[in-house]
Amino acid sequence: MAQQPTVTLPPGRDNLKKPPVVSIGFLGWIRTNLFSTWYNTLFTLLGVYILYLVFPPLFQWAILDAVWSGEDRTVCEWYDEDKVKYRAGACWLMVKVYFNFFTYGFYPDELQWRINLAFIILAISFSLMFIPNFKKKHYVGIFLFVFYPFIAFFLLSGNESLGLEYVSTHKWGGLFLTFLLGSIGIVFALPLGIILALGRRSKLPVVRLLSVIFIEFWRGIPLITVLFFAAVMFPLFVPQGVEIDNLLRCIVGLTLFGGAYMAEVVRGGLQALPKGQYEAAQAVGLGYWKMMALIIMPQALRIVIPGIVNTFIGLFKDTTLVFIISLMDLLLTVFTTNSNPDWMGFPFEGYIYAALVYFIICFSLSRYSLRVENKLMVAKQG
Amino acid sequence: MNINSEIIKPPKKDIFKSGKFRSIVIQSIVMLLFISFVLWVIDNAATNMTANGIAHGFDFLWENSMFDIGYLPFIDHTPVDTYFHAFIVGILNTILIAVIGIFFATIFGFLIGIGRLSDNWLVSRFCGAYIEILRNVPLLLQLFFWYHAVLRILPRAKNSLNAGDSFFLNLKGLFIPKPIPETGFNSVLLTFIVAIIFIIYLIRWAKQRQAKTGQQIPIFSISLGILILPVMFVSFLYNFPLYFEQPVLKGFNFKGGIRLIPEMVALLLALSLYTAAFIAENVRSGILAINKGQIEASSAVGLNRIQILRLIIIPQAMRVIIPPLTSQYLNLTKNSSLAVAIAYPDLVHVFAGTALMQTGQAIEILAMTMSVYLTLSITISLLMNWYNRAMALKDR
Repeated sequence: MAQQPTVTLPPGRDNLKKPPVVSIGFLGWIRTNLFSTWYNTLFTLLGVYILYLVFPPLFQWAILDAVWSGEDRTVCEWYDEDKVKYRAGACWLMVKVYFNFFTYGFYPDELQWRINLAFIILAISFSLMFIPNFKKKHYVGIFLFVFYPFIAFFLLSGNESLGLEYVSTHKWGGLFLTFLLGSIGIVFALPLGIILALGRRSKLPVVRLLSVIFIEFWRGIPLITVLFFAAVMFPLFVPQGVEIDNLLRCIVGLTLFGGAYMAEVVRGGLQALPKGQYEAAQAVGLGYWKMMALIIMPQALRIVIPGIVNTFIGLFKDTTLVFIISLMDLLLTVFTTNSNPDWMGFPFEGYIYAALVYFIICFSLSRYSLRVENKLMVAKQG
Repeated sequence: MNINSEIIKPPKKDIFKSGKFRSIVIQSIVMLLFISFVLWVIDNAATNMTANGIAHGFDFLWENSMFDIGYLPFIDHTPVDTYFHAFIVGILNTILIAVIGIFFATIFGFLIGIGRLSDNWLVSRFCGAYIEILRNVPLLLQLFFWYHAVLRILPRAKNSLNAGDSFFLNLKGLFIPKPIPETGFNSVLLTFIVAIIFIIYLIRWAKQRQAKTGQQIPIFSISLGILILPVMFVSFLYNFPLYFEQPVLKGFNFKGGIRLIPEMVALLLALSLYTAAFIAENVRSGILAINKGQIEASSAVGLNRIQILRLIIIPQAMRVIIPPLTSQYLNLTKNSSLAVAIAYPDLVHVFAGTALMQTGQAIEILAMTMSVYLTLSITISLLMNWYNRAMALKDR
């Protein structure tokens, strides 16, 4: 090889030696990220092959050949003269036909505005909570936790004296019921969790012991058995003649279960606070409840927002298990349409729709919790 | 200066304001409330049960169960067997699902977790997408998807999906070869166990030797040799005493081999793929928890890549991974109760479902079912606490 000449660079950019074209820009990116070693090349080729195998047929099925409109199932699946079955791609028409059922269950069509109204109130108050410079957040919080549940209850179940027609909880269903059960996780389970966490950290042995037993019991058993318990044992535990609504049983079960998980999250926050906070609060003469309400809880809860959101995501996914006491949540509405003779034989479409709904909700929540976590981390370091 | 003697007089002791007294009062009230609540519930339950004519006590356990259990890999259950027998069968089926599920979830979870950290962009994105999709869709929905959608479009027995003429997948389930031990298999097994015990001692000895003299021996290849050669030799002596019975298509169905019913296949798929996504996240955070300086320092003292992985990365990552991994195992076991949704005969389906329907003895049956899961949870968390204490970094 020829001797490398010693280069003396004259002023001016033109003569500067440029990096080789394969190590910068798009080509460089491909080289470092896809073909850096022989096995990475192998993996990349394999991955591209799998994508090639999966995506074109999937695209064909879900978009190109899909049926988006029509009257009944004959547009998705039909027979010619020789009784040979033909089938188009994905039958999204089925989801379209049942969209109302998937969203509201058996709730009467003409009364569905009440659900929408309740949801709009919720959405507006929630978005107020996320405006950074809004000063009166605590009023909104009190409204959401104290008054909103009652307003929502009257709107949804109706009240004759208010001129709202009564709708039995048997007719509640669909995505709306899923939202309702999920929000139980925050509205009831979080306060229960806070009380249990305080009980577990209490200096009184009896209180501590009871809290520990309670928390470990509910955390130790699967939710299915909790719901079985709610379905068949609650009626035995109340005085004779008292009927508990099926939905209420389920809500109590979910609250007890979720409360135990929330308690462990909140406890983490309580333990993470430096001891000085407790001592300083006591030094200025605050009693136990004032110390907790004004000094400890606001800080502890802020630390564990990501944990609370994650527990909430878990609870939200777990609400699907209410099928065990035959509540018509989103999943069960999809499941029922599968056995409906009009639209039998399109299981993929329904489940993919439901999965998409759950995914969008849970994924955006988990991104939110991740963002809060990063923000907290920065705040801690800075 | 005049000191006012009034001020420095110690304050009068007020028994009602002393902390000890208050704590006793509060605790007694809590205890009293709790006990009266429990008594109230018991009283209600007793009245309700007498009113509805529900029996109580555990005598029903020894009565004939009057039902069949469709799927029993271990022991048979016939209608003349007792409810207690059904209880045991349910537990065994739950354990079966849990053990196989944990096995696959671990392997898959580690692969995906390591793949997520790969420097290959495509692999890392692929694993990331897998984790996010599987984690954010409810398990029950996934279970229904596998059972009611995917497994329903499988071919009939005649056109089964075939892997190497040994594994067949069709509408009736998954058929796999059945290992049947023949004479001499016990000797092979014994050789295997002895070899493992020998290797354990060898590793211990090698460690002591290295600590004393600093000399290393190629322990891995020696162990592999000790494990394989004698076992192969004994197997050869007995003419390979393990026979695999292949499933064979006879008429409309398969004979021979082991049949995994579709319920079980769907449950295993859903449980292991779902849990794998969570395990992958644990593995990833465990590996990321290792300080970069650790790896740089080990390169600086001259360890090669494999040594770094074996001596530096894995021991430290496992310390972080194992506690959440155990809780994932526990979750998988608890989630296996979703079997009831697709009628796989696990503990909840057999006992808290069928047996409860027949006897109506909700309290006893649910208490027994819950205590199985509770025992498991508490045992595992005790083991975990012990492990954490043993593995905690000791300050020197």
